[in-house]
Amino acid sequence: MGESGGGGCCPPMDLMRSEPMQLVQLIVPMESAHLTVSYLGDLGLVQFKDLNSDKSPFQRTYAAQIKRCGEMARKIRFFKDQMSKAGVLAKEMLEKENDIDLDDVEVKLGELEAELVEINANNDKLQRSYNELMEYKLVLQKAGEFFSSAHRSATAQQRETESQHGGEDLLESPLLQEEKSIDSTKQVKLGFLTGLVPREKSMVFERILFRATRGNIFIRQTVIEDPVIDPNSGEKAEKNVFVVFYSGERAKSKILKICEAFGANRYPFSEDLGKQAQMITEVSGRLAELKTTIDAGLGQRNILLQTIGDKFELWNLKVRKEKAIYHTLNMLSLDVTKKCLVAEGWSPVFASKEIQDALQRAAVDSNSQVGSIFQVLRTKELPPTYFRTNKFTSAIQEIVDAYGVAKYQEANPGVFTIVTFPFLFAVMFGDWGHGICLLLATMYLILREKKLSSQKLGDIMEMAFGGRYVIMMMSLFSIYTGLIYNEFFSIPYPLFATSAYDCRDASCSEATTIGLIKVRDTYPFGLDPVWHGTRSELPFLNSLKMKMSILLGVSQMNLGIIMSYFNARFFKSSVNIWFQFIPQMIFLNSLFGYLSVLIIIKWCTGSQADLYHVMIYMFLSPTDELGENQLFPHQKTVQLALLFLALVSVPCMLLPKPFILKKQHEARHQGQSYAPLDETDESLHVETSGGSHGHEEFEFSEIFVHQLIHTIEFVLGAVSNTASYLRLWALSLAHSELSSVFYEKVLLLAWGYNNVLILIVGIIVFIFATVGVLLVMETLSAFLHALRLHWVEFQNKFYEGDGYKFAPFTFILAANEDE
Amino acid sequence: MYGFEALTFNIHGGYLEAIVRGHRAGLLTTADYNNLCQCENLDDIKMHLSATKYGSYLQNEPSPLHTTTIVEKCTLKLVDDYKHMLCQATEPMSTFLEYIRYGHMIDNVVLIVTGTLHERDVQELIEKCHPLGMFDSIATLAVAQNMRELYRLVLVDTPLAPYFSECLTSEDLDDMNIEIMRNTLYKAYLEDFYKFCQKLGGATSEIMSDLLAFEADRRAVNITINSIGTELTREDRKKLYSNFGLLYPYGHEELAICEDIDQVRGVMEKYPPYQAIFSKMSYGESQMLDKAFYEEEVRRLCLAFEQQFHYAVFFAYMRLREQEIRNLMWISECVAQNQKSRIHDSVVYMF
Repeated sequence: MGESGGGGCCPPMDLMRSEPMQLVQLIVPMESAHLTVSYLGDLGLVQFKDLNSDKSPFQRTYAAQIKRCGEMARKIRFFKDQMSKAGVLAKEMLEKENDIDLDDVEVKLGELEAELVEINANNDKLQRSYNELMEYKLVLQKAGEFFSSAHRSATAQQRETESQHGGEDLLESPLLQEEKSIDSTKQVKLGFLTGLVPREKSMVFERILFRATRGNIFIRQTVIEDPVIDPNSGEKAEKNVFVVFYSGERAKSKILKICEAFGANRYPFSEDLGKQAQMITEVSGRLAELKTTIDAGLGQRNILLQTIGDKFELWNLKVRKEKAIYHTLNMLSLDVTKKCLVAEGWSPVFASKEIQDALQRAAVDSNSQVGSIFQVLRTKELPPTYFRTNKFTSAIQEIVDAYGVAKYQEANPGVFTIVTFPFLFAVMFGDWGHGICLLLATMYLILREKKLSSQKLGDIMEMAFGGRYVIMMMSLFSIYTGLIYNEFFSIPYPLFATSAYDCRDASCSEATTIGLIKVRDTYPFGLDPVWHGTRSELPFLNSLKMKMSILLGVSQMNLGIIMSYFNARFFKSSVNIWFQFIPQMIFLNSLFGYLSVLIIIKWCTGSQADLYHVMIYMFLSPTDELGENQLFPHQKTVQLALLFLALVSVPCMLLPKPFILKKQHEARHQGQSYAPLDETDESLHVETSGGSHGHEEFEFSEIFVHQLIHTIEFVLGAVSNTASYLRLWALSLAHSELSSVFYEKVLLLAWGYNNVLILIVGIIVFIFATVGVLLVMETLSAFLHALRLHWVEFQNKFYEGDGYKFAPFTFILAANEDE
Repeated sequence: MYGFEALTFNIHGGYLEAIVRGHRAGLLTTADYNNLCQCENLDDIKMHLSATKYGSYLQNEPSPLHTTTIVEKCTLKLVDDYKHMLCQATEPMSTFLEYIRYGHMIDNVVLIVTGTLHERDVQELIEKCHPLGMFDSIATLAVAQNMRELYRLVLVDTPLAPYFSECLTSEDLDDMNIEIMRNTLYKAYLEDFYKFCQKLGGATSEIMSDLLAFEADRRAVNITINSIGTELTREDRKKLYSNFGLLYPYGHEELAICEDIDQVRGVMEKYPPYQAIFSKMSYGESQMLDKAFYEEEVRRLCLAFEQQFHYAVFFAYMRLREQEIRNLMWISECVAQNQKSRIHDSVVYMF
């Protein structure tokens, strides 16, 4: 740790400071470049910089290879699509075969694709003729029905007209006869077409036909109940069978064109009943024949897909890896001699050895004559932030990172958040019954960790699973605070001893008026259960929790300011210690630190002093006598001194720092202009220790305004942040009141009816209210408030959070990445 | 006249305006075009486009690409965008969106009719049609012999029907007729669209009037230039000009009697907005006029995005996308035919 940061003040702590990073340069010979990047990807500890950002993607060195990979990825997607359509599952990858060659894969993929496409084409052809025959069969059936029914109705009509002849007027009969004779002469010339038309177009089809032939057609349509597979598109469609009668060749050509335009498939049909039957049997025979052929084809296709499925995952992974490798290779710049590639990137200092190892292995494995060169570059760029987390700390670190990624090597609030976050949560969620429920739920997630982590969970479930260890900590702490508050689903239990108080006499009549009498030793741990349900329960608990919130808040804010001291020590900035840390400490503690001391004194001495009064009049009239509110001797003098200190510390925060910074800048500037020769060494030293301020333009007014804002924020923040910690009390109160309402107004009320049915309903309502409101919603709100207390009240005392995350090149991401 | 659009526009239009502005951010920039111009072959173009909004449309195309595939897929993207917006739109925005299609419908009708006249296969013609201008019975157009039939058979069912009232003749269709029909239809369409936008009021009418007036003027100039040396009479020519726009009515009278391009130029230079376009060209030149007009159009379309709470952004987006597809087609063709020096001739940069 000491090597690069220079701050030797604290022992190495993994999570306190981010890993020391270095900018490394790798010079890799062309022939081993691919293998090197592949090994580094396995290692996953180098973040490559894009050295070709000015070049467009296809101008880069390995654009052709990336195109190849893209093509292979396309084939793999095609296979995946085909497999999922055929219901073939890809086999899980059992062993890692890393020695497959990309070229072989490419050839293999090409062959398989061609084969699959051919089989598909053949199948499509067969399927198409099958569908056509199906349609034909339908046309034969429906049109046949139509013709026979028309025949029947025609004969019936004939009979009717014949019967009418007898009864009708004589006047009309010659006309009718004439008509009939015309009919019979025309009927011979009528032609007809049969076919299928999509149902949604059938109305328009009929209309257009009518218009085009000026009404000189007769069309008849029948609905087909089941959807038919259209031979052209291969999709299911609802269709109608139609028969069109027309006269004349011109009409026929028009109708044919319209049929074509509407995608209506036409089929030949004969009027002769015998022929119809013959056709139907013929078609059915061919259908059966085709069916077997198609089935055989499908079987063959499934076998092919099965073989693809066996290797699918392997190929998929390989292609993705190769693509990632070539993308990385494209970020490297080509040496002038075109014999080697130059890579630059960030890596943690501890990984130097492993990287060098990987380079060496790659050089040996690729039979390269020259090894790769590994060297550390000096830079003034801010390195990325990298914390080595494990599954326990990563969720906590996520909470901190969600606010802002730590600046390189600045103190990481995550270390303390591990404990303080669940603790502050539990202060608001103190109930050991609820805590146990939460613990059981999260233990389920933790015990089934292996299984759950491999499968895909829903959005909300994923979040709960990711934070399982945080939730576990939260539940443990809320069991602890629940024991202190003595609440189990809002009911107190005398777990540790019997209550210290008892009634004054046997009748217990004075219990609510005068009070109880202390008969035993003080209750050993937490709240005495006898407080529950008494008249003074709320005032007592409120006063306790309010004071406790302030104590917790002041100590956490102090911790935050102390962290800023560690930061200042680490970055060797004495200005920040003397004119930021010390006045801040004095200001906060002379006001709210003093309040905390008063609270503790009041608790210890049992004094009746009014702390509001003390604090308010400490500002309004500091010279007045305290009277009965005096808690300790010389309190007035102490208060005057503290007030003076607080007032003095404000200008100390505001004024000196900008002036000192200005002076430092001028000194540095002078040094540079007078001694240009020494400058190289000097400035490097300054840069590494003093951050990147070295070469920035110094704008005094800006710095001053900045400092002014900081000071005002801190002074006002000291008041408002302390008040903000009162949310601990408020939420804790809300939680206990809510749970006691559910207990008393639902469970006890139901119990009082002495009816099993009502009791069951009551229990169900109680369970749902407890789970829905108390366990889910209250957890969420307490979580959010704890989050706010950490992000705002704690972290604004020291945390810059303007760094960026270390994003190494690794294959783990490439493998998990989904389309 | 400004109503209180800001107060109520977002109730129905807010989501779609957000969507369309998002789409606009996906339009290719000059940097993209510069990169595209450096491509060596169509695969390079595909690779570059894979980083843009077209990526998902092109990614599953097997490798030997053709210009038509690229254009087809890019158009598909436009159509998908349009359909999505149309599905979400309520009145009167859905009508507004429908109006955008009508231009393509007219083009498609003309394409099919001309194709049939030259005895092309209908299926082949339909493939060439712009997907935005498709309607159910479009293929039936091939049956018609003259305009009256065309109208009575097919177009009476389409939204184009009212525009036909002016060109109902029983003459047989020929190339000249069809061209006149196209322009008459377009005239009626533009006037109708203009009226509709006026009715909508507010910023929509203000901006759309400007855009449509430009469109009408451009058509007037094109009609004039194309009809020089044909048998079209002056009165017939004048009938084809839309009855609004900057040139209406005095400019039209002057345009109607123009006999060569320089006279057109003389007329147009009286109008300050068009002066800049014509001043870029040397005398007697008309090839570059198209590009100059396109550039001016794109400039105006881009300006439409500067205001909020109006429908013209949808029109502008559709037009810009179409221009972008034209650009892509030109670039692809140049790349495919190894004419990279000519790429810059026809590409209109947008942002």
